Amino acid sequence: MSADLQSLSDHIASSLGEAVENRAIAFDELTIMARREDIVRVATFLRDDPQCRFVCFIDICGADYPARENRFDVVYHFLAPHHNRRIRVKVETDEVTPVPSLVGLWPAANWFERETYDLYGILFSGHPDLRRILTDYGFEGHPLRKDFPMTGYVEVRYDDGQGRVVYEPVKLNQEFRNFDFLSPWEGTDYVLPGDEKAKA
Amino acid sequence: MGEHNIRNFTINFGPQHPAAHGVLRLVLELDGEVVERVDPHIGLLHRGTEKLIEYKTYVQANPYFDRLDYVAPLNQEHAYCMAVEKLLGIEIPRRAELIRVLYSEIGRLLSHLLNVTTQAMDVGALTPPLWGFEEREKLMIFYERISGSRMHANYFRPGGVNMDIQPELIDDIEAFCDPFLRVLDDLDTLVIGNRIFKQRNVDIGVLTLDDCWKWGFSGPIVRSCGVAWDLRKSQPYSLYEEMEFDIPVGKNGDNYDRQVIRMEEMRQSVRIMRQCLDKLRAPDGQGPVTTLDGKVAPPSRKDMKRSMEALIHHFKLYTEGFHVPAGEVYVAVEAPKGEFGVYLVSDGTNKPYRCKVRAPGFAHLQGMDFMCRGHMLADVAGVLGSIDIVFGEVDR
Repeated sequence: MSADLQSLSDHIASSLGEAVENRAIAFDELTIMARREDIVRVATFLRDDPQCRFVCFIDICGADYPARENRFDVVYHFLAPHHNRRIRVKVETDEVTPVPSLVGLWPAANWFERETYDLYGILFSGHPDLRRILTDYGFEGHPLRKDFPMTGYVEVRYDDGQGRVVYEPVKLNQEFRNFDFLSPWEGTDYVLPGDEKAKA
Repeated sequence: MGEHNIRNFTINFGPQHPAAHGVLRLVLELDGEVVERVDPHIGLLHRGTEKLIEYKTYVQANPYFDRLDYVAPLNQEHAYCMAVEKLLGIEIPRRAELIRVLYSEIGRLLSHLLNVTTQAMDVGALTPPLWGFEEREKLMIFYERISGSRMHANYFRPGGVNMDIQPELIDDIEAFCDPFLRVLDDLDTLVIGNRIFKQRNVDIGVLTLDDCWKWGFSGPIVRSCGVAWDLRKSQPYSLYEEMEFDIPVGKNGDNYDRQVIRMEEMRQSVRIMRQCLDKLRAPDGQGPVTTLDGKVAPPSRKDMKRSMEALIHHFKLYTEGFHVPAGEVYVAVEAPKGEFGVYLVSDGTNKPYRCKVRAPGFAHLQGMDFMCRGHMLADVAGVLGSIDIVFGEVDR
């Protein structure tokens, strides 16, 4: 299985040249890190090349790594039903640089890119209809970013006087508590004074 | 009347409509009675599941998967648990796998029963849902008997399942199988063979295989186009490799084929359930139902009452939880509605860094516009029913 993936990975890397920035096989899954500008070329190759034939669209999603210079990953998953293989393609981007849209290749990319835009604020160039999809009409912010608080900013209730639903700043009776469970008891990497004698 | 006087008619369908299968708002552009454009507005049931999961430990995130496609809860837990287990690199005992397969198939019955019978309701027959719900009730009792909950089971856990299955329950599920097959035969005559049901479904919403791949469709929709693509066979997970079952495929790719396939899949599910029950009784089907890796699985309740260490162990696992090595995996299962995938990114802590839920319904609903164009308004409800939408998973 992994030899098969390795040869596929080599094939993709040699055919696409520098459009493939990096590649990895982990957990029996092949990941290709592609250059952002070339994603349409990479995806077209993956779809049309007879050794790849990733014709089935599976998923597009974002992931946020705020510490990085290009904080977002856009993660694509495709499936090749003829060869019975899966592939993951990743590109990096930031808040302002758009990623070329794949709607021209797979019409299914439409909603998935809208969702990625909605939840992360990642822009897609060439997308026909980049509207919000999951959040409320008139929602502000991009909720899946790591700097967006889990409790959000507004809450809604029905106001009898005004006869409509009103938006108000979120009020919590108790602050949301996020416990840091990272245990200091595991994996200490310092040596206590005197411990070195036990080893010697 | 001149050409310029004719304008398209826009109507709102839903969000509160019995044929919308939940909270769907469709903005339909009509030319007379012919649908020109469908714009589904979704997100009315958006609960931010993926955000919530990032703030929970791996075990606490599990119940959210029941609430996605809430007519077949355990199939989705299965995907999540397998993703966590893949990251952890643990194997789970055979008995746990057997119970998982058994309950995944019960989930498939739950989902297909609801879908086939409500499809009949969408095209005008009011009683079939009642027959379907009668059987669903029995299945939900099996859910309740194993997990304590009729729907939101939270029963599969990373590392196995929560509790062992009782011998009486095995007997009762077996006793359910035969009468259920007779109910399926009745449904076949009454619904699938019905003249009106055929008139409303045959040749409606026709798809080609190419369209299916392009639009990211999966499950019975792909199979209705004549390809035997089922993840249980093509990328076998759990114990599906040793189960004997057939994959029904359609020829025409229309609404009717999809429902016939679902009917046949239920028979195949019963076949798999029978095999699971036999294997659960066999000597090699005995043993523990969770992994013995104490880093992941809690100690038994009995030990906790007697041993201080076991109590501490339990406390650590249910407060801090276990740590999952860094990495990313995509794991998919054949849920009743299609390919349900979980893309899980771990950063080595006790909480998922990112958990993307790839719901089949999301891709299917997107295809509404493509499938409904040129059809009559009345067919919109039929197409919507045949792609088997549940809003829990579409909106997440």
